[in-house]
Amino acid sequence: MTPGAGTESHIAVDVAFWIVAVSTIVAAIMVVHLRDLFRAAMFLVVSFLGVAAMFVLLRAEFLAVVQILIYVGAISVLILFAILMTKDVERGSPYNRLRLPAGVLAALFVLAASFVAVTTEWRLIDDAIGEGGSGELVRITGEPLDPDGVEEVKAEVSDVYSNTIPKVAELLLRDYVLAFEVASVLLLAAVIGSLVLVRQR
Amino acid sequence: MSLESFLIVGAVLFAIGLYGALSNRNAITVLMSLELMFNAVNITAVALSRYVVPARLVSDDGVVPLLLTGQVFAVFIITVAAAEVALGVAIVIAIYRNRETVFVTDATQMRH
Repeated sequence: MTPGAGTESHIAVDVAFWIVAVSTIVAAIMVVHLRDLFRAAMFLVVSFLGVAAMFVLLRAEFLAVVQILIYVGAISVLILFAILMTKDVERGSPYNRLRLPAGVLAALFVLAASFVAVTTEWRLIDDAIGEGGSGELVRITGEPLDPDGVEEVKAEVSDVYSNTIPKVAELLLRDYVLAFEVASVLLLAAVIGSLVLVRQR
Repeated sequence: MSLESFLIVGAVLFAIGLYGALSNRNAITVLMSLELMFNAVNITAVALSRYVVPARLVSDDGVVPLLLTGQVFAVFIITVAAAEVALGVAIVIAIYRNRETVFVTDATQMRH
């Protein structure tokens, strides 16, 4: 059984992916293209939801929930508040002088990144532990695995992707617990900093 | 639905954010474009950790820590992005109070 079997081969999942991808990108284009800031923020919400759907397709359910809670629920509301508290809304968002160079730079970036993504020979997990892929696994680990060991790794990988949320929690609160605590200090500093910045004198 | 398609979607999203952040005069649009770029990076990180074999597929702790590292990274990226947008909005409002503008081209006090 390949990791995450049951989602990859279905044509319906492919169709769902392309619908999500196209709507995310169209919404993102509207965010930078619309001069009306309020509508741009609404399209930003659509784009965030599309990214959350992509996390579901990538077997990152925890991230999908976090994305909806933090981006759709908190960040977009914060940005809407900022838009409504500043009166430049009517003037919208004019371009500055960098518009043409920025467009050229963005186009070059897409071309270069797509070229790298397509031409690189990725060592895919499905190839390594899929049908007849055991030789690859031996090469990567350095020491040869017996057939039982390969089966064990296969079972473990498909177990990971059957439900990732408990494993992510384990990682966050065990291996990365120091970074986790530092992140909470960072958030506290951000809260205090923004309170000081907007304090009325 | 393959690794390449996720990477290309991430690249396109990042480029749109880059264009928006560089070409707009309104600081709030710049903040929104930055959020798009953060999202693009998250998609790329999670897609790479979902599809690509880690340097060592089998470690002492089993495969779990190596397969989900991208998701843990994305959690921290989201945390930092939340702190960033809170401070960014606070700075935009502070500038607006002092200068009656949210345009990045008008905030020139520190220009020599």
